[in-house]
Amino acid sequence: MSAQGNAQRAAANRRRYEELRAAGQELKQLPAPTAMDGAPITKDAIVQTEQVPPGWHATVRLSRGEALRICDDLGRSSASLLAWRNEDPCERINCADTVKVQWSAALSKGRMILSDMGRVLLSMIEDTSGAHDLLVGGSTADSTLKAYGEVTRNTQANFISAAAKIGLGVRDIPPCVTFFAPVTTDATGRFVWHGERKRACDFVDLRAEMNLIVAVSNCAHPLDPARPAATTPITLIRHRLPPPAADDVCRTASPEALRAYAFTDQLFA
Amino acid sequence: MSPTDQDDLVYAFDIPAEQPWSRILKKGQTLRIIDSEGEQAVDALIYVAGDTAERYSAQDTLRVQGSAYLELGTRLISNCGRVMAQITADTCGRHDTSAGCCSCESNAVRFGEATRYLHACRENFILELSRHGLTKRDIVSNLNFFMNVPIEPSGNFTVLDGPSSPGNYVDVTAEMDVLFVISNCPQVNNPCNGFDPTPIRVEIRQTPAA
Ligand SMILES: [Zn+2]
Repeated sequence: MSAQGNAQRAAANRRRYEELRAAGQELKQLPAPTAMDGAPITKDAIVQTEQVPPGWHATVRLSRGEALRICDDLGRSSASLLAWRNEDPCERINCADTVKVQWSAALSKGRMILSDMGRVLLSMIEDTSGAHDLLVGGSTADSTLKAYGEVTRNTQANFISAAAKIGLGVRDIPPCVTFFAPVTTDATGRFVWHGERKRACDFVDLRAEMNLIVAVSNCAHPLDPARPAATTPITLIRHRLPPPAADDVCRTASPEALRAYAFTDQLFA
Repeated sequence: MSPTDQDDLVYAFDIPAEQPWSRILKKGQTLRIIDSEGEQAVDALIYVAGDTAERYSAQDTLRVQGSAYLELGTRLISNCGRVMAQITADTCGRHDTSAGCCSCESNAVRFGEATRYLHACRENFILELSRHGLTKRDIVSNLNFFMNVPIEPSGNFTVLDGPSSPGNYVDVTAEMDVLFVISNCPQVNNPCNGFDPTPIRVEIRQTPAA
């Protein structure tokens, strides 16, 4: 291609990039957070309930269309999550694409959590908190030793254990998302913990967009100054949902969302 | 470059635009990645040689240093909490480890179906990893040298124009024997490489450059 042709192609690519960025960041209207009493689950919709003690983990299988509610019962825990596609666990959560595709490291109601295959694993259909972490990840043996002077139960060990119990290994543990972990960056890129943004009974509802194996670890986030002894239970509620409406807040959020959901729907067409 | 540097040089290679590369880096050796023509993004994966289940972890690295960006002095941490390597020289000043690598699938979501059948880093990584008995499962998190991805306090996350000038380099010194895998990012859809992939040069020295 000629130099002029290259320049024209680059200019067209830049224009498209700037348009997508503006749509993703300047024009995007996200829904308000869910009210604490805003999304009650009826008893007959509940499939499974599990309270996970501090330091422990649980694995939940979700069918497409079901949701998982994760509740920070007393507001002092964080819930780190990994997810793999049930039929092909080589497809799994990808935090980098989740951030990059949505032009934001801040998860909240209306966002999607993507796989490494350009498809949607989970939709954030309800969220009271809007304070979650995609960058720093869960606690490890090292992080607990440094913070508490001893190695305590930690998310890294929990994920190794959870993965092993479904036939996966260390190679299958990608970066995780941690809910109820109010982490932002300051102007210089340093991480900041906003403890005041945590409340008892904060919850997220995550709708499965494919059949999933989900592992959840209940440990203090490594930036949380709370001692591990102060960590409290989280509750997991797997529940049924009506099919998404045509104007579903997640499925219609952006051109990127429209494409990601279309690619996901093809799996089930 | 001083004559001492040249004496120390044990390997040099120009990686063409859009191509992958890999090499074992011995403990104490330094890999210099040179952005030959400027404004190029370099994606990299690092594994412990001999035990590839232990590999570079972006989240562990960011947690340990408390900052969202990589810079001079950053220790590159494995998923087992060990220091695999350290950034020992840097004439660019901006490197990312949060934005992952491009793939045909994520490009199709970000930029539209028309971009699906373009070169992408994950294709490069899969091909290069296959030479070492590794697969797509082993692509977990990567480094993006010379990539400027500011994260605002609001969470806004943008890949900006490639910040490196011709000849800018970054040195990575191995703290253990590691397999270093590079995709010289073929991305033509965002400004990390000026929409125009160009060659890079890699050089390996026995010791950290002065
Ligand atoms: Zn790339």
